Amino acid sequence: MANFSTNEFKSGLKVMLDGDPCSILENEFVKPGKGQAFNRVKMRNLKSGRVWERTFKSGDSLEGADVMDMTLEYSYTDGEFWYFMDPASYEQFGADRDAVAETEKWLKEQEQYEVTLYNGAPLAVTPPNFIELAITETDPGLKGDTAQGGSKPATLNTGAVVRVPLFITEGEVIRIDTRSGEYVSRASKS
Amino acid sequence: MSDWRPSASLDTIAARARLLHQLRDFFAARNVMEVETPLLAQATVPDPNLEVFAVSTDVMGESPYRFLQTSPEFAMKRLLAAGSGDIFQISKAFRKEESGRHHNPEFSLLEWYRVDWDHRMLIREVAELVCEMLGRAGWQVWTYRALFQEHLSVDLFDPGIGRLQLLDVAHQRIGDMPPDLDYDAALALLMTHCIEPAISDWGVVFVTEFPVSQAALARTMAVDSGAVAARFECYVDGCEVANGYWEQCDVAALTEQFLADNAQRQQRGLPMRELDQRLLAAQAEGLPDCAGVALGVDRLLALRTGVSSLAETLSFDWHRA
Repeated sequence: MANFSTNEFKSGLKVMLDGDPCSILENEFVKPGKGQAFNRVKMRNLKSGRVWERTFKSGDSLEGADVMDMTLEYSYTDGEFWYFMDPASYEQFGADRDAVAETEKWLKEQEQYEVTLYNGAPLAVTPPNFIELAITETDPGLKGDTAQGGSKPATLNTGAVVRVPLFITEGEVIRIDTRSGEYVSRASKS
Repeated sequence: MSDWRPSASLDTIAARARLLHQLRDFFAARNVMEVETPLLAQATVPDPNLEVFAVSTDVMGESPYRFLQTSPEFAMKRLLAAGSGDIFQISKAFRKEESGRHHNPEFSLLEWYRVDWDHRMLIREVAELVCEMLGRAGWQVWTYRALFQEHLSVDLFDPGIGRLQLLDVAHQRIGDMPPDLDYDAALALLMTHCIEPAISDWGVVFVTEFPVSQAALARTMAVDSGAVAARFECYVDGCEVANGYWEQCDVAALTEQFLADNAQRQQRGLPMRELDQRLLAAQAEGLPDCAGVALGVDRLLALRTGVSSLAETLSFDWHRA
């Protein structure tokens, strides 16, 4: 991979730091009136998800990271890996538990996910913002409970548990915001 | 392309016009003469922390390159040596690789010189100018040493405080740091990361009596505790706006400084700079005793209009130019 100098750092650039791939979030050039200039750089460690703030001497460089984002379709899991397929080439990528992490509870076959590949292997899997899933288990609602009022837990076919309005029943398909994990609406009939 | 539009608002562009008028009035009232000097010159500064744009001029019988000036300092000193008396200039200056919220590789600089003045007298005039342009009422003057004592509890005159001790302080305050910092780079790091934020609510602050290793083109002088550089910087709300010197008139000392700069360039693998023989000849003839200062006009305008980035003061910033 090419090396990138601090003056080429910009938001979204992927570089290696301490052996981990990182994505640059912010790059601030600072210099006293005379003398050594620095770059204060905020970057997200793509493995841990943590944000690091580091200072570099201006002109220092970091190795680029072989990182790219691809839109892949979820296929199946064998319990150890979760397999995603490039719908164009049919190429398969196996993501391990660390890469799938929290997204596991939003995995639905044939749905498309943003998969970050590092050296060709999945590093992180990001679900779509909204996803429609079926309810496998929830207490029956009471007659007369309509749009207003309380909520109850419901288990989805992925294993995730979300809170839904009382009028929602087992077997229904609902729309969920994966960023907050909250119920949005009943799924649109298709 | 949507970025054909200016990066500054039309109000700010108008505010720049008013500021330039007011600056010229300030110097006219004080009998300081406005001058112009070349932007493309055959020589440039050896300062290892300044990178220049070299322009291919391709004229027969000449060096194939000229340099866009990082400041009009050398040419203005030649005017002073020729007997110009007090002079000022408002011009563009160019510094490669300096780009960010408070930096644009092409920027406007106000530079002026006062004959028979020292840096202390010039601090007063810079303060008057800054207060007038920004509508501020007062200013403070701090020595570099006192500022480090106040904010970092480090006495730079203590012989026990060297590079390693500074790196230790920086590590405690900043955490992770770039490796291989020398003494001056460690001071620069503490200045940008600790002191500047700490004085951001102090209004107009002058920092003076710099460590001798940061004299640049200022003369050095003796104070009670030892030698310091007769240099100052002006900060407004934590943002550096001006750098001034009681100028180094001794041509031997100046040459020595340039050679040391070039040695540092060589050590860092940077191209060495040919010394500006016309400047050295002028200084050998005699630069009058004087003090000079360079002030960032775009930063002054940013402070005056309350915008948070230099781009918002420029008709077209680096990316739209």
